[in-house]
Amino acid sequence: MEKELVDSLAGGNYGDVMVVGGGISGIQAALDLANSGFKVYLVERSPTIGGKMAQLDKTFPTNDCSMCIESPKFIECDRNPNIEILTYTEVDSVEGEAGDFKVNLIRKPRYIIESKCTGCTTCVEACPVSVPDPFNQDLSGNKAVHIYFSQAVPLVPYIDERCLYLEDKKCSICVGVCKNDAIDLHQKAETLEIKIGAIVLSPGYDVFNPKLRGDYGYGEIENVVTSLDFERLLCATGPHEGEILRPSDKKHPHKIAWIHCVGSRQVIEGGNSYCSAVCCSYIQKQVILTKDHDADAQATIFHNDIRSYGKDFERFYQRAEKLPGVEFIRSYVSIGREIPGTKNVTIRYSTTDDGVKEEEFDLVVLGVGLNPPANVHGLANQYGIELNAHGFCKTNPFNPVETSRPGIFVSGAFLGPIDIPESVVTASASNALVGELLDFRRGNLARERVYPEERDVSEEEVRVGVFACHCGANIGRIVDVPSVVEYAKGLENVVHAEDGLFICSTDAAAQISNTIREKGINRVVVAACTPRTHEPLFRDTLREGGLNQYFFDMANIREHCSWVHSKQKEEATQKAKDIVRMSVARTKNLEPLQEFDLPVNKTGIVVGGGLAGMTCALSMAKQGFEVELLEKDSDLGGMARRIHTTLEGMDVQAYVGELSRKVYQHPLVHVTHDATITAVSGYVGNFVTTVESEGRVKEIHHGATVLATGADEYQPTEYLYGEDDRVVTQLTLEEQISQKDEGLAQVKNLVMIQCVGCRQEDRNYCARVCCSQAIKNALSLKEHYPEMDISILFRDIRTYGFREDYYRAAAEKEVKFVRWEADDKPVVEATSEEGRPVLRVTVPDPVLGKKLAIDADALVLSAAVIPAAASKEVAKLFKVAQSPDGFFQEAHVKLRPVDFAADGVFLCGTSHYPKHIEETIAQAYGAAGRAVSLLSHDTVTASGSVCEVKEDDCVACGACISACTYGAIEFHDTPQGEKAVVNPILCKGDGLCNAKCPTNAIILKHFTDEEIFCQIDAALADS
Amino acid sequence: MCTGRVDLAFLLRSFIDGADGVFIGGCWPGECHYLTQGNFDALSNVHLCKKLMKHIGLNPDRLRIEWISASEGSRFAEVMDDFSKNLRELGNLGTAAGENGLLRKLEAVSKLIPYIKLVERERLRVLVRTEEAINEFYRSDDFDRLFNELIADKLAISQMVTLLREKPLSAGEIAESLGLDPSEVSRHLDVSARQGLVKFDNEQNLIVAA
Repeated sequence: MEKELVDSLAGGNYGDVMVVGGGISGIQAALDLANSGFKVYLVERSPTIGGKMAQLDKTFPTNDCSMCIESPKFIECDRNPNIEILTYTEVDSVEGEAGDFKVNLIRKPRYIIESKCTGCTTCVEACPVSVPDPFNQDLSGNKAVHIYFSQAVPLVPYIDERCLYLEDKKCSICVGVCKNDAIDLHQKAETLEIKIGAIVLSPGYDVFNPKLRGDYGYGEIENVVTSLDFERLLCATGPHEGEILRPSDKKHPHKIAWIHCVGSRQVIEGGNSYCSAVCCSYIQKQVILTKDHDADAQATIFHNDIRSYGKDFERFYQRAEKLPGVEFIRSYVSIGREIPGTKNVTIRYSTTDDGVKEEEFDLVVLGVGLNPPANVHGLANQYGIELNAHGFCKTNPFNPVETSRPGIFVSGAFLGPIDIPESVVTASASNALVGELLDFRRGNLARERVYPEERDVSEEEVRVGVFACHCGANIGRIVDVPSVVEYAKGLENVVHAEDGLFICSTDAAAQISNTIREKGINRVVVAACTPRTHEPLFRDTLREGGLNQYFFDMANIREHCSWVHSKQKEEATQKAKDIVRMSVARTKNLEPLQEFDLPVNKTGIVVGGGLAGMTCALSMAKQGFEVELLEKDSDLGGMARRIHTTLEGMDVQAYVGELSRKVYQHPLVHVTHDATITAVSGYVGNFVTTVESEGRVKEIHHGATVLATGADEYQPTEYLYGEDDRVVTQLTLEEQISQKDEGLAQVKNLVMIQCVGCRQEDRNYCARVCCSQAIKNALSLKEHYPEMDISILFRDIRTYGFREDYYRAAAEKEVKFVRWEADDKPVVEATSEEGRPVLRVTVPDPVLGKKLAIDADALVLSAAVIPAAASKEVAKLFKVAQSPDGFFQEAHVKLRPVDFAADGVFLCGTSHYPKHIEETIAQAYGAAGRAVSLLSHDTVTASGSVCEVKEDDCVACGACISACTYGAIEFHDTPQGEKAVVNPILCKGDGLCNAKCPTNAIILKHFTDEEIFCQIDAALADS
Repeated sequence: MCTGRVDLAFLLRSFIDGADGVFIGGCWPGECHYLTQGNFDALSNVHLCKKLMKHIGLNPDRLRIEWISASEGSRFAEVMDDFSKNLRELGNLGTAAGENGLLRKLEAVSKLIPYIKLVERERLRVLVRTEEAINEFYRSDDFDRLFNELIADKLAISQMVTLLREKPLSAGEIAESLGLDPSEVSRHLDVSARQGLVKFDNEQNLIVAA
């Protein structure tokens, strides 16, 4: 990398974009930008890219291994010729303007010459100094010279300032042991000037430091740890190799308490008034994982509102809550004392039933919130951008990834407390905005990747290499991986087998490439995780090793084995051997296949002309691409037409009006109203969509598709809705407020009921927006009608993030908040009180312990957001998945939040899940960014795994032709008569024709009968 | 690759290799990830295979197809638990009632696959591609009749020829080995002798493969 960097420096240090911060958001921004034809400098202050996500053990709500899903992206960045990674580098100064920035960088001394270092870690072994390891939250030690973590990119050590030589010039053992002379203890910081057109800021967040205020005993009481400390304790690569041991005596804590909202939702000195938005779910994750580690562990969670507002968060909460030995207690707490001797910690709390109690715990985990990045004011000055009142980046709610300075964009948690998918969405969104700015220079600096020449192995014996992965503890804790390796060595054709902790790490992957060459391996089996996430990476590794990428097979010993057989270690190990044996048997018949390039049609279509669809279509057009916008109604705007303001007070109608005007005026956007899609065919890069509108039918040829079909408001059947005119939904109330409805002035007492139609068995999700919507309307009412009594009957108030401030404002304006439980819903009856007709709302008040009756003049229902009626039909047409709740199912909840599993189809807006306007806009830009990263390519690569006809065996019966819906097979004339022939561009590799052919003349390459028979035979052979 | 790629040959090969059961998991009908709705082809194939299994004395419950989407992890676990419980009750392949001499029968069926594929295409193809229509057809008397007419006889002859390739036998011995009525055997011998598949060896007074 150093050499490439030097080359690029000689070329004048020109790039297109600088991405600052190498966490998941910065990584995604860099990848999207580079894949859209821009040259990117990815600047990271720490010794490796990865950020906070690399420190997490698992991710909610799927409990995917965090490092496992993030690290393939490290390698993708590292291998992308259009990304220069500059780690251990600080930004010194920024000059210029949008389109023409000049940035001075300071490369801090690592005391290692990157170009000479092989990452062998001999120096690490030799180093006599142990220092606290920042990657493990200082819970364990590491050497003064060490690699930040084993998947680090670049995989080069750095020397901590606490090194004996750097401190006192006392020791230089490392210099002596390094065979490559890669250590330079006299290295000085270097400066570097780069010229770019745009900047994406992704500096991330800092965790709240509870030491500063001292009220939780953190730093004084040993067995009080933060949630990030606890992530490391849970993790296989953590301080105790995945054993949860408490700091004081390194014993397994049995009774553990979690405290919510540490540093969040606090309006005291040193606290943050906002909600940190991720803690409720990450604590539930930690509870579930703790129970996985120790089924007898007792978990007590002290919480305020449970904010499970995201997709599948509600089910995740239920999963945690139902575990035996897990108790959720709604109470504020204070840390009591440390018990001398046992070093246990007491917590004081109160419940409505038992009053104040003090209870002893072995370990206390503080659910710490998210702060702005360190020295955020210095950062703001440096870039000349404004911050909001909480010290996060100030953005325009109608363009949430734009800073106050043109040409500088922002992604990730610097926007405010957001989770990983939103960090990824905003990263893709920043690609769209950079694209709007720099479209004119797209592709000018970008280069293509070059691979070594492919080795011809046709004359070689089959030589299989098996690489088995521990996946930290994911596999290794259950499956005896070394014994699987020993077993593999005894299998036919296997010439090499080895295991590794994480074989997807950059060094392990590079090592595989080397081993392929050194040992003359011509078939590779990786026994690890799923090909869905990791096959591209390992195929790339084969190409790096000069081998055809189809000489590869993945034996899934994680999802298919260790994860599902975690209680049966011996049987799981046996099964892992069986799976490996099957893979090895299969590889014998693998053939080298060639992929080919298909042209990409440069037009995109966007289905749905609401806020999401319009924003997305306009952005794609501004990036230089033709867009067809299809709307089923006769007007653009969708649900946004019924929303008048946002919680933050923005005028939505004015914005929607302005946006639709821009959409209609943009020469590259073509709007079709009253559109019905009747047919969709084709594939990524080459779709054909048939649309009917006002009796006319047209066929649109396009390369990318964005689905933005929106959501509907649930029409309640409960609480007298539809029977009594005084009962309305929040959307209707909003219309009444904006029209200054005369009836409202007469209302003395108004009641709102939350969670109508959701968070219940048939709709088991939180509709995310209703709490904020209720508070927005309550605040408007209080402004116009200060005398009105307003009560909000809620289950949990879910004003996550900065919305918390408005919740507080509503409480200060004497909006009453009354909580009810799911099993004791409010009851509404129309009656009269002293001759006045009223809606009597009766609700049990758990705090007061009695029924509370409110005589209301108006009742407002916070009705659920439900999937649009059209979504199901659209999903079928475009072959995309829906979640059990009927919302569109993205390809990966964490890392591919705007992609569908179907290539070339993207999603945004409320068709994905209920979301706020600014979130919808961010996701719409995200989808535009993703779609453009496809459309900016001239070609897409089609799989080599397609069908082929052995003409000698073909009897021209036509069975294959009638089986192929793609029309990929036809007859052609040969000297031997008519024979079937496959058009590989149209073939999708489903293999139906194979099962129909009576003479086995048609074969699906890479899944041939021989390959599958070998697997079947191996599966059932005696081990 | 689609469930429709699962060839009859794969299913038979698994049982020949000694599998106690074979499971096919497919996308829900109407949710095909391709355009092809190949899961319906898989369903037809499973019906046909179950009929063949039953015909040769192999319990058809050893083969199962279920629709499970990628988001239904817990359903997958339940289905697999249930299937393995059923298989345990059935016992290892070949131990259940009527499951004797299976290998030879399975091999005989395997040899017929090209023919069965042709028959399937010409006579057994269900034109209405819905789960109900396919299930209905394969449970109908029509199907039984077609199966007996087109496949069962061929299968008996195929088994007979396979048997005779091992060693010459008398008509009585054939009937006993295949569990067939002697009159059936003589009918099959008549047909296969005319097709030149078997002949009578006067010296040994036995029937031999041609």
